[in-house]
Amino acid sequence: MKLIVNGEPHDVSARLLDGLLAELEFDGEWLATAVNGELVRPRERPTCHLSEGDRVEILTPRQGG
Amino acid sequence: MLKLYDTELMSRLLLGTAQYPSPATLMDAIKASGTKIVTVSLRREMAGGKSGDGFWSLIRSLGTHVLPNTAGCHSVKEAVLTAQMARDVFGTDWIKLEIIGNHDTLQPDVFALVEAARVLSEDGFNVFPYTTDDLIVAERLLDAGCKVLMPWCAPIGSALGPLNLHALRSLRAHFPDVTMIVDAGLGRPSHAVTVMELGFDAILLNTAVAKAGDPVAMARAFATAVDAGYTAFHAGMLEPRDVAVPSTPVIGRAVFT
Repeated sequence: MKLIVNGEPHDVSARLLDGLLAELEFDGEWLATAVNGELVRPRERPTCHLSEGDRVEILTPRQGG
Repeated sequence: MLKLYDTELMSRLLLGTAQYPSPATLMDAIKASGTKIVTVSLRREMAGGKSGDGFWSLIRSLGTHVLPNTAGCHSVKEAVLTAQMARDVFGTDWIKLEIIGNHDTLQPDVFALVEAARVLSEDGFNVFPYTTDDLIVAERLLDAGCKVLMPWCAPIGSALGPLNLHALRSLRAHFPDVTMIVDAGLGRPSHAVTVMELGFDAILLNTAVAKAGDPVAMARAFATAVDAGYTAFHAGMLEPRDVAVPSTPVIGRAVFT
C-alpha cells in the first residue's frame, strides 16, 4: 500500500498506524501523529486503519522560538 | 509575579530554544537567563530516527515550563492541528499561536489568528497569540478567549527593536490589566529595557540570544535588562523636560563677587 509519510512516498505492508510506526522504525518515545489532517492520539494508533494514499504526519519535539 | 493564565512565575523573560551553536550552549543560556518558560516546536521525525527524544530529554531536565509554538503554519487548519499535536506530546494546554501571513516579513495573518484563537480557546487551550501591535486585533483576540497577548515590536529575527513606540504605548494604555509579552524583533538588551519601561509584563526572545557572540552572557544581559525596565516602570520615571533643572540646591550657594 502506498502512503505519504511526512511528505515522502512509502510502500508499506502495515494496515494500522502503530504497525506503520514499527515498520518504518519510528522508535522515538515522543511522537505526535496525524492522518489526513486529523490528530491520532497514541492510544488510538492500534485501531487507526490506513488506506491507500493516506497522508501521515509523524512529528517530534524540536527547538523553537 | 508574572501571571500567565493560572500560572504565576518570578521570571519575566521567555526564551526560545532554536539556533544555538550547541545543545550545551542552549542549556547554559537558559540557566543564565533565569527563565522559567522556554519555547519549543514540533517538526517531522525521520524514519528510523529518535532525534526529538534527545532534545526533549534535555529540556525536561531543566524543569521549566514549555510553551509549544505553531511556527511555520499558514492557515487556521494547520495551526489548530499543530496545537493539538503539541498538546498530545508536551502535555500542556499552552500554545504560542503563530500563523504567518507573509514569507518575507513573517508578519502574522491576524484574521486567521483570531479565528484559530477562538477555535483553540473553545477547545480548552490557553492561547498565547503572536500578533502585531494593532489595537483592534488585540481586542478581537481577547474576545476570542485569549488572556495573554504577544505583540511584536519588529519582524521576527530582525533585531530592529521597538519600531512603533506609540502603538505599544497605546496597547498598554488600552489593556492595563491584560498580560502582554513583547515577542519578536528585539535585538539588544536596551530594546528590552525600553519595552519593559512602557509597562509590558515580559519579553520573549530567541535570535538575539542564540546568535550573539556569547549567548550565555547575552542571556544574562537580557535578564538584567528585563529586571531593570520592569523595576524602573514601577519606580515611577521622571518625564523629559525641555529646560535644564539644577540637581544641586541653588539656595545656600556661595557668592564670590
